[in-house]
Amino acid sequence: MGKVLMKGNEAIGEAAIRAGCLNYFAYPITPQSEVAEYLSRRMPEVGGVFLQGESEVAVSYMIFGAAGCGERIFTTSSSPGISLMSEGISYIAGAQCPAVFVNIMRGGPGLGGILPSQADYLQSTKGGGHGDYKLLVMAPASVQEAVEMVMRAFALAEKYRNPIMILGDGLIGQMMEPVEFPDHLKVEATNKDDWATNGMDTRKSKNRNLVKTMYLDPEELNAHNLKLKAKYEQMAREEILYESYNLEGDYKVLIVSYGTMSRVCRTAIDNLKENGLEVGMVRPQHLFPFPNQAILKAAEKPNCQAILSVEMCMGQMVEDVERSVQGKRPVAWYGKCGGEVPTPEEVMEEVQKLMN
Amino acid sequence: MQSEVQFAGFGGQGIMLMGQILAQAAMQAGFEVVWIPSYGPEMRGGTAYCTVVISDRPIGSPIIRNPKHLVAMNRPSLEKFASTVKPGGVIFINSSIISIEAGREDVDVLKVPIIEIAKDLGNVRAANIIALAAFVARSKIVDFDLLRESVKEKFAEKEKLIPLNMKALEEGRKAALS
Repeated sequence: MGKVLMKGNEAIGEAAIRAGCLNYFAYPITPQSEVAEYLSRRMPEVGGVFLQGESEVAVSYMIFGAAGCGERIFTTSSSPGISLMSEGISYIAGAQCPAVFVNIMRGGPGLGGILPSQADYLQSTKGGGHGDYKLLVMAPASVQEAVEMVMRAFALAEKYRNPIMILGDGLIGQMMEPVEFPDHLKVEATNKDDWATNGMDTRKSKNRNLVKTMYLDPEELNAHNLKLKAKYEQMAREEILYESYNLEGDYKVLIVSYGTMSRVCRTAIDNLKENGLEVGMVRPQHLFPFPNQAILKAAEKPNCQAILSVEMCMGQMVEDVERSVQGKRPVAWYGKCGGEVPTPEEVMEEVQKLMN
Repeated sequence: MQSEVQFAGFGGQGIMLMGQILAQAAMQAGFEVVWIPSYGPEMRGGTAYCTVVISDRPIGSPIIRNPKHLVAMNRPSLEKFASTVKPGGVIFINSSIISIEAGREDVDVLKVPIIEIAKDLGNVRAANIIALAAFVARSKIVDFDLLRESVKEKFAEKEKLIPLNMKALEEGRKAALS
């Protein structure tokens, strides 16, 4: 199959089906409602289940139920909806169930607006719900990358028995780009017989499986948390993913940016290069685990004078960039968070300011 | 080489569709392409914009402040965006309902009374296809045959509208070249 022109939201829905996920439970919210619209038609065509919950809170527990039964399952929402789901996400992580969440971010806090934003960085990478848990967070910068991340997410969710968060912004959901769905990214579901409540008859076993998050014995709970911690440490070793841009040259400024914002930065870097100013960029494709070492290495280049974290929010990623750079270079921030995406010209201006 | 086209008008004029048809044709021609809608709490009769970016390299910023071309389907769109168009681009004006000038000497202004032409064809809803055809014929942004294929594909599920739209394409092309 060749390339097709698709809206990000629809491509995300199709990608899940191509990855072998036949369950989608959701509650509509702008700017990602087209995922639900698309799958309400498409899921029945492929023998899958489309179910609209009565609220995002309900959806998160419907996901917990399906995941606990060993089914591949995913949902999509946007910022306020993800806040509502966060309690359920904590339970799903605590119970070690694989599930895929997509957040097509809009401006906050509260109802905020419906235009693109990246203001859920901290919510996704540092918690959101309660307790010691982490999500593997993927951040696509194009519709094609969103498709590939969705397709990879199911296998990763099963590898770690943990929820995955795909963090897009309103533009990733709304824009159309040519896409293809690489068949090789479809990974067969893992055998879940040793933990999922998939039926004793199904797995021909006399042992009961129990999916739970409650451990009233403090030693037991501590041991459970140590087990979770070991998983997150494994993620930090094995799942770092980033893209470098213009790092071969003698750059004076290093940009760290992700998602749609990183594309704007790429254009700004190309334009600055034409004006004789070299700027490099590290684009984290996974936000957790964060590419600390890659950023440190790029920052330590002798002529690199400053780091600029460019985000569609008020600088939520700055602390991760600062931790990466370990005080060896100053870290500045530029961004907007009202739904307006900064232009290449505005990014160029900010870079110029750092040079003065 | 990168070109950008801003389509702008009232909701209901088929603005989004025009952009999608152009994007599809450009993709078939082997270009990188992005279609970006303006989205917001809009309704029929409200404003609608979309931008199509066509490039021979991977497309960076999908946010375009100064497009190469503008297709203005109503007066507020022309007033708002005429000054943003890069010198040397095409400004298409729906002269059926826009009575003002583009106010630019450094662009190629193309005025077509698309609503009258569409009425002559028997269906006023074909006006956007006439506009798209006129714009493509003048700007040569994609091959006209690919545009034809793209229109056929878009209307594949409403097959009985294809002959009308083929005529609309021809009328638009003639208007642009006359």
